Amino acid sequence: MHTDYIHIILADDDEDDILFFTDAFDELKINTRVNTFNNGEELMNYLNDDESLMPDVLFLDLNMPKKTGIECLREIKTSDKMSGIAIAIYSTSASEEDIEKTFVLGANIYIKKPNDFKKLKKVLSEVVSINWQYHTNALNKDNFLLRL
Amino acid sequence: MKLFLKFDFNTVSKKVLESKFNELNLEYKILGFGEVELLKKIEPEEYLALNESLNDYGIEIVESQKAILVQKIKDAIIDMVFNEDTYLKVKSSVYLSEKLGHSYGYLSNLFSEITYSSIENFIIIQKIEYSKQLLLNTELNLTEIAFKLNYSSVAHLSTQFKNTTGITPSAFQRIIFKRREIAQKKPN
Repeated sequence: MHTDYIHIILADDDEDDILFFTDAFDELKINTRVNTFNNGEELMNYLNDDESLMPDVLFLDLNMPKKTGIECLREIKTSDKMSGIAIAIYSTSASEEDIEKTFVLGANIYIKKPNDFKKLKKVLSEVVSINWQYHTNALNKDNFLLRL
Repeated sequence: MKLFLKFDFNTVSKKVLESKFNELNLEYKILGFGEVELLKKIEPEEYLALNESLNDYGIEIVESQKAILVQKIKDAIIDMVFNEDTYLKVKSSVYLSEKLGHSYGYLSNLFSEITYSSIENFIIIQKIEYSKQLLLNTELNLTEIAFKLNYSSVAHLSTQFKNTTGITPSAFQRIIFKRREIAQKKPN
């Protein structure tokens, strides 16, 4: 169990977004290892493979080709193997209904995608830091809800 | 049917430690939470075996003095937040420096260096964590919880909850209860 870094998976079909995210992670003090996938299907193939290393936190774009973020979320939540992953959903939607629905389905974090890079970096650094607290302090993950 | 369990981590940890140390025939004494004294010299191979078997339970031997002190700070804070008996009316900075025998400035710098977060922030996280537990597992309302956790007002707790989690206490409660409802509808 002993790790001194956070393993992050990012699933997003937008290359620019992926670049922003990985840049932002690189600038954090906490060590991160990042894997990226371009669509929901690739992501689920990876997670379902017995050889794969499960991430500590998964960033899921809601709108992805082949399999949407919500579909991935549903699948992940029914799997015992994946139940320990903290799930961060991000989307351009700020509708209260969407947000509550994703939380009820089992998401831990909901990020309303900010427009500029500076804000995005701040948000991501907050997510990783708080996740790090959960990771290192044995806080109850079932009660972990965060909206940014 | 689903059962919701409440854990006493002290007892759980102690039982795990006892079984692991006995398994490896080590003579030991459990000193307190997170502290074990070995009564005999331990061989490097035994040390590795011990570390490995503890790792299975997510326990690791912390080696650096700094990390140990940080763990003591965390334990003292958790004790302060979760145990009403030790819930003191003094400031947490005074409580910590008296309990651990270092100046608060020293503790605070060390804590930030090792955890990438501050003592103040850690206290808030723990208090919010406790209020979540109380919201879900007791009949207490938010006003009663605010009083129990020493907040000056229910508004203060409510604001801190929202600032820390991004959602209001009532939305938090609603979401978790909905999740439980869904979980209970599913077979097994």
